[in-house]
Amino acid sequence: MKAAILRERSGALLLVSPVLVFMAVFFLWPLWAMVTAAFVDDAVSKVLPRTAASIVSWDGQGIPSGAAHKALVQDLTAATDEQALGEAVRRLNSAASGFRTLLGRTIPAVKAASDPAQVDLLTVDPRWKDTRFWVALKEAMPPYTDRNILAAVDMKRDGSGSIVLEGADASAHRLIMLRTLLVAAMVTIACAAIGLPYAMLAASLTGWKRSVLLLAVVLPLWTSLLVRTAAWFILLQNEGLINRALQAIGLIDSPLPLIFNRLGVVIAMTHVLLPFMVLPIYSVILGIPRNLMSAAQSMGAGPVRAFWRVLLPLSLPGLLSGSLLVFMVAIGYYITPALLGGANDQMISSVIAFYATGTANWGLAGALGLILLVVTTVLYTIYGRFSTSSQVPGA
Amino acid sequence: MRLAKKLTLVGYLTALVAGAAVTSAQARDLTIVSWGGNYQDAQKKIYFEPFAKKTGKPVLDESWDGGIGVIAAKIKAGVPNWDVVQVESEELALGCADGYYEKLDWSKLGGKDAYLPAAVSDCGVGAIVWTTALSYDANRLKEAPQSWADFWDTKKFPGKRGFRRGPKYALEFALMADGVPPVDVYKVLSTPEGIDRAFKKLDELKPNIVWWESGAQPLQLLASGEVVMTTAYNGRISGINKTEGKNFKVVWPGSLYAIDSWVIMKGSPNKDAAMDFIAFANVPENQVKLPEYIAYGLPNKAAAAAVPANLQKDLPTAPENLTGAVPLDADFWIDNIEELNKRFNAWLAK
Repeated sequence: MKAAILRERSGALLLVSPVLVFMAVFFLWPLWAMVTAAFVDDAVSKVLPRTAASIVSWDGQGIPSGAAHKALVQDLTAATDEQALGEAVRRLNSAASGFRTLLGRTIPAVKAASDPAQVDLLTVDPRWKDTRFWVALKEAMPPYTDRNILAAVDMKRDGSGSIVLEGADASAHRLIMLRTLLVAAMVTIACAAIGLPYAMLAASLTGWKRSVLLLAVVLPLWTSLLVRTAAWFILLQNEGLINRALQAIGLIDSPLPLIFNRLGVVIAMTHVLLPFMVLPIYSVILGIPRNLMSAAQSMGAGPVRAFWRVLLPLSLPGLLSGSLLVFMVAIGYYITPALLGGANDQMISSVIAFYATGTANWGLAGALGLILLVVTTVLYTIYGRFSTSSQVPGA
Repeated sequence: MRLAKKLTLVGYLTALVAGAAVTSAQARDLTIVSWGGNYQDAQKKIYFEPFAKKTGKPVLDESWDGGIGVIAAKIKAGVPNWDVVQVESEELALGCADGYYEKLDWSKLGGKDAYLPAAVSDCGVGAIVWTTALSYDANRLKEAPQSWADFWDTKKFPGKRGFRRGPKYALEFALMADGVPPVDVYKVLSTPEGIDRAFKKLDELKPNIVWWESGAQPLQLLASGEVVMTTAYNGRISGINKTEGKNFKVVWPGSLYAIDSWVIMKGSPNKDAAMDFIAFANVPENQVKLPEYIAYGLPNKAAAAAVPANLQKDLPTAPENLTGAVPLDADFWIDNIEELNKRFNAWLAK
């Protein structure tokens, strides 16, 4: 008997195994890669092992003794893997700007020397007298780091190792993260305000009228995001269709600022994301028996009251899942704010993209991604609480 | 149970076969990557298509927007899916130091002496000399702006200004607007006070700036009248004047010029064909065709000398255009781009 159950279970497990493999490959593995990129910090110690051993004892004052210099020269002479060395250089330059050209000058000098033991770093480049390069070197040696995750929230460790805020002039990740959430919330509210009546209207109609309304929502999904954003660009610009029309009928004298500001971003994103709001609400409303509204009216509720007491509460699950979808997708937006937004509408994805593609600083890109993931997970949990408790009894 | 096992097995086998089909298709054609827009259209006509005809093998082309992270990711992924890439000077310096590119065979390129010294490196050979400059629509502005100080003068020239988003091509121009002579720009910018000064100057113009990211955007901004002046790439300006009959002008003094280079991705399966293509594109009689379509300077000396005089005057390499122009300092930017970009973002967000 037990064997039979076991067999059945293993059979079921076997059937779902493709899903599990899919999850592991496309979800868990990238997530793990992101976490390791943010915290593992062995690029420098791998290439410069002797320096790592020698610099540990340095107290961070002035510059280290000659032994550390010798170790560094030995390491650089021995380093043959260009790509590994390149990663170490990138990591160091990210901590102390200027390390790139400093090593760019030092490495060829060390390799060209007939006797590397005689190389004096200070004569190769006087910048080796600068404490901040040696500090960066020392701080890059431990195999794990919290610098990326700290930098992602505008913090860093000072000389003594305690965590301090970075100056407001130096970094604005937190502000950009908050702005991202704010824009996503604005878009969600705008989508809900348009999507709810729209879905109700579509659900109340029949035949070709309904098809036309639904098609109007779904059709834009088949057009590329870039094309739709560009179309809004043409509509919203100072000499665009909207401003021209308003000026022609004499409503305004000078063009309204519709583009390169928050308004332009919200308008375009709302349009792009509207299907994600309309479709869930629509499908929920379709499931509501049509005679409920008539029943409410027969019991004396006016149309407004019937809407508030019957239709709206029953369509709430659709509204909530639509809002969640829109909000989650909106958080990751990148192209629309870049093309239609102004200086203050940049969202966090563009910052992540800069570190990932611009400077190959995958550690910081991963850390910013992690912060984004944590924030969304927290919001999702709150939403989960909220949506189960607001379930209408008897619905 | 049996059925479940069989079904799963069939599923995995299908996936395997599909995967194998995809991998075997990777013996792919030569893939060349450049910067898109009317520039790449011209390259396609004079380099890619004739080369494909000559070798009898198809040539694929793609476009990108730069970034060493893109190159690094492709190299890390194993066999790269690009072969030849046109890179900016920072990507050339970074990628060459980090071993992301193959070393070039200079004997196939006519020797190093055939090129401008700045266009020669172990991993790359210059493709074009291009300029980022103050540009405006001469049909809209009655009085021509002369300098970056005019760019900052919103009383004399009311209206918005276009700027490439990022510290590069913004801090330099801000310093020149603030009175720093072009030759001293990077010297001033290398000091913390110089950076503060540049950001302070940008503060003045901040409310009037529209930021752009890709090279085609400033043309659109100018054409629609959204901005009265913008920074733009000179070749695209002459290109749109030609194709769409615009009257856009470039202010050469105070412009920043740089060299873009061809490189071959490390581990490219089409390494030989890639080298042949670069040689083909850099033969003087082929390279000389470019300015007719788009006004970029030519790093091959023989090609540059052969450009007809009427085209010569629009090129960044024309002696009168080089007066007061500054070469981009790639070393400064590879050292400082990350820190300055962070600061730039914080400044934007303020």
